[in-house]
This record gives sequence, structure tokens and C-alpha cells, in this order.
Amino acid sequence: MSFLTIAFVALFYIATLILVVGLARRIRLYWKTPAPLKIPTTPAPTTQSGVALRMFREVVFFESLFKSTKWTWLFGWVFHMALFAVLFRHLRYFQEPVWAPVAFVSPLFKYLAFAMVIGLLGLLARRMLVDRVRYITAPSDILMLLLLLGIGVTGALTTFVAHTDVVAVKSFFRHLMTFNFETMPNVPTDPLMVVHLLLVGVLMIIFPISKLLHAPGVFFSPSRNQVDNPREQRHVSDWAKKLEN
Amino acid sequence: MAKAEFEVPELTEYTEVPKLEVGAMAHAKSFVAAPEFQQALNFKGELQDGWEQEVIDHMGDLLGKYRSLQVYLDSCVKCGACTDKCHYYLGTKDPKNMPVARQDLLRKVYRRYFTFAGKYFPKLVGATDLTREVLDDWYSYFHQCSQCRRCSVFCPYGIDTAEISMAAREIMDRIGLGQKYCNEIIGKVFRIGNNLGLPGPALEDTLEGLEEDVFDETGVEVKYPIDQKGAEILLVTPSADFFAEPHVDGLIGYGKVFHEAGVSWTLSSKASEAANFGMFIGSYENMRRISMRIREAALELGVKRIVFGECGHAWRVAYSFLNTLAGPFDFLDPKYPVPQHILEFTWGEMQKGTLNIDKSLNDDLVLTYHDSCNVARGSRMGTEPGGQFTIPRNVIKAVCNNFVDMAPETIHEKTFCCGGGGGLLTDDLMELRVKGAKPRMDALQNVIEEHGVTNMAAICAICKAQFTKVLPYYGMGMDMIMSVHQLVSNAIILTGQVTEDDDDESAEDAA
Repeated sequence: MSFLTIAFVALFYIATLILVVGLARRIRLYWKTPAPLKIPTTPAPTTQSGVALRMFREVVFFESLFKSTKWTWLFGWVFHMALFAVLFRHLRYFQEPVWAPVAFVSPLFKYLAFAMVIGLLGLLARRMLVDRVRYITAPSDILMLLLLLGIGVTGALTTFVAHTDVVAVKSFFRHLMTFNFETMPNVPTDPLMVVHLLLVGVLMIIFPISKLLHAPGVFFSPSRNQVDNPREQRHVSDWAKKLEN
Repeated sequence: MAKAEFEVPELTEYTEVPKLEVGAMAHAKSFVAAPEFQQALNFKGELQDGWEQEVIDHMGDLLGKYRSLQVYLDSCVKCGACTDKCHYYLGTKDPKNMPVARQDLLRKVYRRYFTFAGKYFPKLVGATDLTREVLDDWYSYFHQCSQCRRCSVFCPYGIDTAEISMAAREIMDRIGLGQKYCNEIIGKVFRIGNNLGLPGPALEDTLEGLEEDVFDETGVEVKYPIDQKGAEILLVTPSADFFAEPHVDGLIGYGKVFHEAGVSWTLSSKASEAANFGMFIGSYENMRRISMRIREAALELGVKRIVFGECGHAWRVAYSFLNTLAGPFDFLDPKYPVPQHILEFTWGEMQKGTLNIDKSLNDDLVLTYHDSCNVARGSRMGTEPGGQFTIPRNVIKAVCNNFVDMAPETIHEKTFCCGGGGGLLTDDLMELRVKGAKPRMDALQNVIEEHGVTNMAAICAICKAQFTKVLPYYGMGMDMIMSVHQLVSNAIILTGQVTEDDDDESAEDAA
């Protein structure tokens, strides 16, 4: 194995570990932390299924952001949906045989890389041009967009401009997933692919320690996930129960 | 127009999003609570050496107690969706009054002491050490948030700045840096029973006076009872209803509705206050202690139902928290929700047809309605989501012929705060209150010009007091603001009431 391959083996094992353990710990924290009062932003659903629907609209359509500002919604929604589509398409690099739906959408979904990049550029422009957004921007907010842009652009280039040995890449990840180091092929050395994989590893590592926590966070947001039924049901947390004695 | 030591904003047809003016409101600081008022609430008397560590410890404590705080501090992506949604930003142009920037005052400290990135790469993620300057910023800007939750409507993760500002205030209270206005008032509730410090005998006098007034006006003996054991309904209402204008006209209205509905009711000298400033300071313990008075009063008086008068944040605490804080209310009549809003009661009676209404008695008015933030975004009325918007309007339309809503982006869940909520209704924050009212004033000005609106109705004691004070700064009459039950009171014809002609004559006699 080449040095580069060994480095990527290490990177992706470490990155996966950090991503999975880090996210699991964070989700556990959110789960365990009590929400001692009913604070849904009203009008709110009065049933659990109503809450599921509200959450669905929030996560799939970005309902609240749509109410707020159409430009941010447009760029943000396009970026996220394109990202999910592209990620879905990426399953083909990890499956053998490739799942039929993935194979089916593959030829079409690869163009969504452009939508993803356009969305990110829009968000970046807004961050630099709107004085209010510029004021609340920290260096990490810019870097996060640049990181995602880097991933999107290098990925698109390997698909549309400078083809990489994608068979070797897939074989590498298949071996990685099955802990089979004996016949593991070397990772292609073309710079685009190297940078693409490197940035993805970095993204996985920073996920659980950055604002990307908004992904699990939204599901735990009391103002969105609570049922509006405080007159019917008491909602006493464990720590508040102690006050009653 | 009232005199101002600051520039009153010019009203505009639409509320425009201003350019940033850094530090525009840095000078706004409400008075700090004296040690005796702090201690009455079980808080530290004043700031002492080592407060930095205390802040971090208390922040850690609250992070473990409130999922909202933990999730909201982690989840913000700085998308900017909330930046133009706060009335205080729109009115003052100070960027620290943008909801996300206000949250960031706390978040940058959270990141520095509680997150990996902030501990090792503080500059990268905008984390900072806790210093006296940071604490002073907290005190100033977390007392420039009325906890109205408008930002939370627009946030893609539902981040509610109110939760952050409540946590910040609780931390400051615990280390001995509380706000005079809120904490003195809570102390009065514990000592005397209500925010205004009105003792029982004063309340009795006032209520007797109301009975006389209503009798003189209508010839009907409408009772305004207090501490009457065995009454069916306990009415809990903000103490401003006992004497302030236009609040008291609302109280007169509740009494008339109860009278016509034929139910027995009573006020309580123990729970002579609906307001619960414990919410404003984010203190679960104090909020609970204030709520328990209502439970105790209901038990002592042996009532079957609890009804709340017109008050915004009080209704949020009552609707959303009372059952949790002071329940279970299994000793009350299970046929009725606990608690009920007076508008739910009145609308129910209107549907039953027990009230005799002559809408034309309000024909001299063209009404609009101000949705109070805590009612709009923190509670409900009736059985359907959004009942908090329809029921008040239904009641107004049932007693007035002329009603017009303000612009859609300024009502319902998108309503603008009056500018005085959340523990800011104090003279030492007058500049903030006037400027923060601008978005609502813009919308009001619009319906005045386009539809000839003469008056605005509200169902919140703070809104009513705030508008009474602030309207003159914008060249409008302080008496434009009315109670919804004042309108009901105007239009209701009591059983056995002397006729209009007689009434006119007696009015002339009196004049």
C-alpha cells in the first residue's frame, strides 16, 4: 500500500469513529436533557401526528425559513436537497451490487452537483454582501461554506472534467468497509480525488463539534417538536418534581 | 407630542430594515436590583469576587436542566433569517438587538467554556472569555429583549431567543446582578399579593366603587366580589385591571359578562395578580411559587373553575405552564379546561346567546386589534390551533360593526411586540420602549390613514400600559388603546338595564 492509501485508511477510520461516536454522544445529551416546560411556538399541533407533520414540513421544505427570507430559503434549500441527492447517488460507490433505485437516479442526479455549488455560492454571497449577516459571521462560518464548496467542486470536476479511476476508489472503500487490507488497492493519486476525499474526511471530523449539529438539533427543538396540550397533560421534569416535595 | 431626550423614529409606510448602527443602544441599562430585593427571591444580594466561575457553573447547571438552551446554543448556523425580525433591532438599528447577535452574547461564552472548538480555536468560532465587559453587555442587551418569540417563528430550527434571554437573566440573578423592575415586583407579589402592591382593603374599596359606577350607569346591581367562598369561578386578573385606564374598563366588562351569564364568581386577595414575572427572569422556582398562590386561593375559596383576565404573558404562564407548575387541578370541575381565558368564557356565552348585545353602541369607533406576543406565539384559546387569533376577533366583531386588521405581516403569529413586554415596562428603558414600538406604530398608522381606524384593542395589561405611554410620542392619543372587554362592556345591555334615553338624561344630570 502506498503512503497515501495508508493515510486515507487512517483518516476514514478516525473520521468515521469521530462522526458516529460524536454524534451519538450529542444526540444522547439532547435526549437526556429535560425540557421542563411546554414551549412550542404557537399555533402548534395538538397531536403527536400533527407534530410529525410539522417537523416533516420543517425538515423537507424549510417552512420557517421560507416564511422568513426567500433568498436564503432558495439557496439553502437548493443546496441541502442537492446535497442529499448527491449523497444518495454516492451509495453506488459503497454497494456491490448497486441498489436499483441508486443505479436508476445516478445518471440524472450527477448534475445536481451544480445545484449544490450554486446554492453554496448564493449563501456565501449573502454572507458577504448583507451587512446584517456579515455582522454575525465568524471565520468558521465562511470556512464551512468553503469546505463544502471544495467538496462539491472537486467532486463535480472528477465527474465532468478530469475523470478519476472511480473503480479503484470504490474498491478501496469496499475493502475499508470489510476490513480487508490484504488486497486493498491504492487510492488514485490525481489531486482532485485526493482533495475531495481529504475534505470529506475533515467534514466528517468537524461535524459533531460544529454548527452542523443543527442537523440533529432541529429534531430536538422544543419549539417545534412539542405537542400543544399543556392544559390536558402535566409536563413535570424529574428535577422539577423535587420542588413538589 | 411627549417630550423625548432621544430621537423618536419617523413612521414609515412599511417598516424598513435599517442599516446597522453599532452600539446605538449600548447606553440603555435598566436599574440593578438592590440586595434586599435580590435576597427576597433567594438570589445572591450583589456581585462578588469570583463571579466569573459562578457564571460558568450556573450556565452548566441550566444547560443540564433545559434542553432548549442546550439545543439552541448548538444549533444556530448564522443564516440570518432572524436578523430583521426583532422590533428592537428595527426600531434601534443596534446590531446586538438582532436575535442571533443577542444569542451570540451568551453563545460565545458557552462556546469558550463548554465546546471543543471554542476551547482550542476560540477566534475561529467567535468564542470569547468571560469578562466584565461581556457581563455588562449581557445586562444591557438581555434587558432589551421582550421575549416575544417573533424570531422563533422564522428560525429554521425554532431557536427561541426568549429561552436564551431567560437563561441569561437567571444566571445574572443568581450571581447578584438582577434587574430592579422585575425583582421588586416579584417581591411585592410575595409580600402583598400583586405587582402593584395593592393590599386587600384597597381592592375591596376599588371593587365597591366599580359596583357603584356600574349601578349609576345602568341601574343594575352588578357585583364585583372578592374572597367569596363557594363561588363557582375564581377570576385571576392583572392588578392593573383594578384601577389603570383602559384596563379597569375591561374588568367592568368581565363583571357584566359573568352577571349576564348567571354564574357566581370571585376575585381573590391572595391571588390578586395574574402576572407572573417569574417567567421574565427565567426562574422556574419563582414562577412556580407565584403560580402556587393561585392553586391555594382556588382551594381556599372552593371554586370550580379558574378564569384569567386580559393579560398576555400571564396567559402564557397560565395556559402553558400552570398545570405543570401548580397542578394537578383535579379538585376543579373537569368539564372546563384549567385555566380558561375570559375571552373563551365570553365567546362561549355569545354562542349560547346569553348576552344581549347592541353593536351600534360602538359605532363611533373603528377598531383594529393588536395580537399580544405571548398570547399569539406562546399559548392558545379554544380547541383549535390559532384560536388565540380568531376568538378575540370574533368577540370584537360581535360587539363592533367596524373592524379592520393591520397588515398581515404584523398580526397573528407574525405580530409585533408592543415594545414593553418581557420585564421592560419601566421608565428607565423609555427610549427602548418608544423605539421598539415603531413597527407596531407603522402598521397602526397605516390603518388609520387607509381605513380611518380610531382605536386599537388589546388583551394584555403590559400592551395597554405601554401603548398608553408610547402612543403620544408618535403623535397619537393615549386613549386610542382599549380593552377588548371594554368594547364588550360598551355594547352589552344588561337584563333590567335602564333604557338609553333614561341613561342620557341621567348623564346630563350628572354633568
